[in-house]
Amino acid sequence: MTQAKLMQGNEACTLGALAAGLDFYAGYPITPSTEIAELCAEELPKVGGKFIQMEDEIGSIAAIIGASLTGRKAMTATSGPGFSLMQENIGYAGIAEVPVVIIDVQRVGPSTGQPTSPAQGDVMQARWGTHGDHPVVVLAPGNVKECFELTVKAFNIAEEYRLPVVVLTDEVIGHMREKVVLPELSELKVSNRVQPQAPGGYKPYEADLDGGVPPMARFGQGYRYHVTGLFHDETGFPSNKGDVTDRFLRRLQRKVEKAEPAIRDYFTESTDDCDTLVVAFGSSAMSSLSAVRQARAAGIKAGLFRPKTIWPFPEEALRELAMRVKRIIVPEMNLGQLALEIERVSGCKAPVTRVSKVNGELFKPEEILAAIRGDAK
Amino acid sequence: MSDTMKYFRENRLPHIWCPGCGHGTVTGALVRAIAKLKLDKNKVVVVSGIGCSSRAPGYLDFDTLHTTHGRALAFATGIKLSRPDLKVIVMTGDGDATAIGGNHFIHAARRNIDITTIVMNNNIYGMTSGQYSPMTPKGMLGTTAPYGNVERSFDLGKLAIAAGATYVGRATSYHVTVLQDLIEKALLNKGFSVVEALTQCPTYMGRKNKLGGPVEMLEWFKARAVNIKAAAVMTPDKLEGKFLIGELYNQPEPEYTAEYSAMADQVRRRFDAFQGGVRGCEQNSD
Amino acid sequence: MSEQKKAFEHVIRERWCKGCNICVAFCPKQVLVLRNGKVHAAHPDQCIGCRMCELRCPDFAIEIREKGSAESLGRDASEVDYAIKPEAHQ
Repeated sequence: MTQAKLMQGNEACTLGALAAGLDFYAGYPITPSTEIAELCAEELPKVGGKFIQMEDEIGSIAAIIGASLTGRKAMTATSGPGFSLMQENIGYAGIAEVPVVIIDVQRVGPSTGQPTSPAQGDVMQARWGTHGDHPVVVLAPGNVKECFELTVKAFNIAEEYRLPVVVLTDEVIGHMREKVVLPELSELKVSNRVQPQAPGGYKPYEADLDGGVPPMARFGQGYRYHVTGLFHDETGFPSNKGDVTDRFLRRLQRKVEKAEPAIRDYFTESTDDCDTLVVAFGSSAMSSLSAVRQARAAGIKAGLFRPKTIWPFPEEALRELAMRVKRIIVPEMNLGQLALEIERVSGCKAPVTRVSKVNGELFKPEEILAAIRGDAK
Repeated sequence: MSDTMKYFRENRLPHIWCPGCGHGTVTGALVRAIAKLKLDKNKVVVVSGIGCSSRAPGYLDFDTLHTTHGRALAFATGIKLSRPDLKVIVMTGDGDATAIGGNHFIHAARRNIDITTIVMNNNIYGMTSGQYSPMTPKGMLGTTAPYGNVERSFDLGKLAIAAGATYVGRATSYHVTVLQDLIEKALLNKGFSVVEALTQCPTYMGRKNKLGGPVEMLEWFKARAVNIKAAAVMTPDKLEGKFLIGELYNQPEPEYTAEYSAMADQVRRRFDAFQGGVRGCEQNSD
Repeated sequence: MSEQKKAFEHVIRERWCKGCNICVAFCPKQVLVLRNGKVHAAHPDQCIGCRMCELRCPDFAIEIREKGSAESLGRDASEVDYAIKPEAHQ
């Protein structure tokens, strides 16, 4: 194991990216994510990587997609306003199946909102921000160490399934410092995109219709292939035949569905015999954990379910819990977004109570404990 | 020409452009310039945005990238910075480059990143059938300027020079030898190069503004273009209503990706020295 | 007229020609005509090999080749069998 270090969340994301093989960063300054750009500017030249501060976030996501097409592992980081600007090209990365990682350090929105205060209002945007059905995976670290681990995982998922992966943190997770013992680099699993073998007749988008992932050649390698945001067939050239579009879109969707069991990730505590289940992610889950522990100390059977994969949502695990608990409490720093998914999954097997905090402050454990008690009476 | 045919994806031809559209001519000029310079097909990447002109890369036998509207230069920046050894060419239109793409255009020029940008300027949005663009002359008609365009248009040459481009040229699809020559020089310029090619859009621009068919529109170019060298010795009244073609600007400056690599090499030397040079050799070879 | 007046051959890709008339209109020697909507070299012997038609053609549908030059007469590219996949090498 490495030496313990006091580390900031944004820093841990960057080190995770570097550990996964990051060698291209394009970004634009925006609170509360800018430390990631600053650290990349400093670290990448040391390892033969490239850093560029683009003219805006649209340019940033475009540049990392371009870089990824030449074979580099590319990332950008932003917050709400920038994340909104990036959406069209995130969709492009989806249809062109280009692996990229986007870190969204959430802040109070909408619009300029409260740049230095935490919130969780980008949950639905992370899933549905860009138009049309499209594949995307969203991971949510719950502490500084997970910023490292889930950024590595984000790169692995992007490379293995050839799609954009969002790491969703917030101002607190991004800026807080914790003592962290990072794994040795040698212990880390780092995956890379599958390269095409066939020298001739390469079809860039030929893959098993049931969620197959096509091998990806690099620009400048002699394959001379075409990439477009238009719907295309397996040759990569535009096609507006209905059946081609239908097959292609369903394959993109199936990629994520088939990946779900392998990438599913959540944390639970005291859920074996709980009758009040708190479901929370990110920084809300930190307050929830101490609330659950205080409830247990007071003899209340509470438990915590903390999804680390937000999209695709770990449905089975939650549904199984929803069957046997009496009530579910969802503390979120928004007016109810992941709660919608939790209500859908628990399917009125257990009533869901939303605890919404939207004043830019973290939940105090007592607030969540009150919600646990409120229902526990 | 026959040796130029190998630069085309012949199985993708005939192309989608309308009969008499100038985009095919400009694409041909680019291909001939590439053939003449004998560029390695495996080391050329052609990037485009959205619009009629941006369909061009699909017909060319290189690594080709058809991106989102106005963003070709930003995608291309990511490619060029990642692989400075690749020849990166952007093919874009007047709307794609100067309307939605204007911000990326001026910043790519400011950085002087080695990207050759061919702006096929037909003064209109053709793909979406005839709206006016930032390059539509004042007073002319477009489906969204039914009473005549009230806006002034850019002088793309001056815009590119002011933003920092180190090679700027303008030609038309009539002046094909001038166009090919400019493209060749642009490809050779180690920095941000812009070649504006005025092209005819007979289907929308021509019809809407009663400029006649492709031939009449080319004659319009022929009558109004003045080579910059000739213009230097012409009296202002003779230049009334004319526009300049030829090499508008050619001042090499340090190129962005070279500057970045020089900085990075220095950082790595200092970092390696600081670390006692314990790095594995593959770290050192970029 | 010099004895060694060069002769030129007009390789025409009919399938690609869209009959836009640019080449016909700007040929300095009126060599070309449109015949049922496609370019046709009506007076090939008048051709002076200036290649303006070839350079201006938006559809790459006409190519000028000097007779007797080393260049072999390529078949009409538009009829090439595209079943053979374009080679891509590492």
